[in-house]
Amino acid sequence: MLSINWVALLYLLASILIIFSLKGLSSPASARRANMYGMLGMGIAILVTLQLQSVQNYFWIFICIGIGGLIGGVAARKVPMTHMPQTVAFMHSLVGLAAVLIAVSAMADPIAYGIANSQGVLHTASTIELFLGTFIGAITFTASLVAFAKLHGLVSGSPVTFAGQHVLNLILGLAMLGFGVWFCITPTWLPFLLMLAIALLLGVLLIIPIGGADMPVIVSMLNSYSGWAAAGIGFTLNNHMLIIAGALVGSSGAILSYIMCKAMNRSLLNVLLGGFGGDAKTAVAGGQKQDRPVTSGAPEDAAFMLQNARSVVIVPGYGLAVARAQHALKEMVEVLTKAGVSVRFAIHPVAGRMPGHMNVLLAEADVPYDIVHEMDEINPEFADTDIALVIGANDVTNPAAKTDPTSPIYGMPILDVIKARNILIIKRSLSVGYAGLDNDLFYMDKTMMIFSDAKKACEKIVQSLD
Amino acid sequence: MNPAEHAQAVLPVIQHVDPFVSAFTVFVLAIFIGYHVVWNVTPALHTPLMSVTNAISSIVIVGALIASGPVEMNLATVLGLIAVGLASVNIFGGFMVTHRMLSMFKKR
Repeated sequence: MLSINWVALLYLLASILIIFSLKGLSSPASARRANMYGMLGMGIAILVTLQLQSVQNYFWIFICIGIGGLIGGVAARKVPMTHMPQTVAFMHSLVGLAAVLIAVSAMADPIAYGIANSQGVLHTASTIELFLGTFIGAITFTASLVAFAKLHGLVSGSPVTFAGQHVLNLILGLAMLGFGVWFCITPTWLPFLLMLAIALLLGVLLIIPIGGADMPVIVSMLNSYSGWAAAGIGFTLNNHMLIIAGALVGSSGAILSYIMCKAMNRSLLNVLLGGFGGDAKTAVAGGQKQDRPVTSGAPEDAAFMLQNARSVVIVPGYGLAVARAQHALKEMVEVLTKAGVSVRFAIHPVAGRMPGHMNVLLAEADVPYDIVHEMDEINPEFADTDIALVIGANDVTNPAAKTDPTSPIYGMPILDVIKARNILIIKRSLSVGYAGLDNDLFYMDKTMMIFSDAKKACEKIVQSLD
Repeated sequence: MNPAEHAQAVLPVIQHVDPFVSAFTVFVLAIFIGYHVVWNVTPALHTPLMSVTNAISSIVIVGALIASGPVEMNLATVLGLIAVGLASVNIFGGFMVTHRMLSMFKKR
């Protein structure tokens, strides 16, 4: 058995390896090795903990690790890349639930955790830590489950709103804090369980008013919560490694939420209050759009234009993921590249349902990452682009964000598709985007609409190119 | 002056802080590290970042192992064991799916 100082030093080593695992994600080239560092750090942390004198229940522990590891491993191999957002949301809920279970376990046997005196009465500092860890874990658990259900299509992705929603949430939040304070003063089961129950309910109520396309923010935020929950457990156990790992994850999720909010020009509070992307606004935009002419064409026309272009920039959106068109699209890119056309991709930060969603889909289809560009890199290039090809994206290209101060998305950074010489838009119908807005891009003279499913359109274009 | 007299003559310079305060110090410094490290992550890898941080937050398995440590089975150990299982799903799933994603990113 290692001395307590060696345990702490090995935990420090594990923490450093975990920091390196995040640091390596600064470029795809170093990322795979970084992931190994992360696994190594986690392995050290688990082995060091297993050899602690208080850990003796090896038989059952190995059975649980085995079952859990098997489920996780199989899921990691099988899950399609288009399902990554809901997979990540589901995994967040597991972290939240694990944190809650550990907290309840600590409540059940506080002496074994060294957080109570010999009579089994909790120390005050420990009650506060237990309270924080429990409620953050509980909210993470149920909120992530709702996010998972929305992303997986088990329930409708549209916002669920009702009168007095925010007031109800506020009252529940205050009640939860009240029971938490009661628990800190008299650490018994009753206030603890009431606080836990309200936190679980609050997790559900906080996410139901949030629409599908706001999910990148929510998934990032829950990512952050799962980190804070881990840090909370770290405080309870007075384990610095848990605190470090939790704080890293917590700040990572917070930064991602910030980036996503900024890319939509909305505040986190505005996203959290929810209700954005409801049906009410669709009707407003609907009136003016019927009488405006559009130019529409067949995939064969698009193929003709594409092979005669010098430079093409492709703008993918959530529609690409829905239609699972990434492989067909890759084939098209390959044929065009062989014909000497310069093809690049432009990715908006909130394209898809989670940060980096489009990059992973394109990587899955073997699109090399050096032709996939971020918004700020590619925006100056649109003016010198023959064809901008928009596939399953809408709001992130809408020029109203720059020109119409009355538009709800005014001020949101967009891809400058409008500056390209010609615009091709593959879309199933003229329907509005998630923000419920019409897009002037559709009605421009230089725009050709191809009304089709993204996958079928890409396949037909490839056929016509041959 | 012998050591015992010396010890009496000087005031103790080093006083130990509460464990919570040192834990809090570590917490705040770790947030700063996280802030600087994560801003350097390329946006193309934001999805792998989320899946790997997911695996990392399953470090709560350390707490779960301590909870399930005693051989005697009671509410505390059973809950701990369930948490060990849940965290294991995430650790294996999180790191493996991250690896799978990262191996897809190729240069031309």
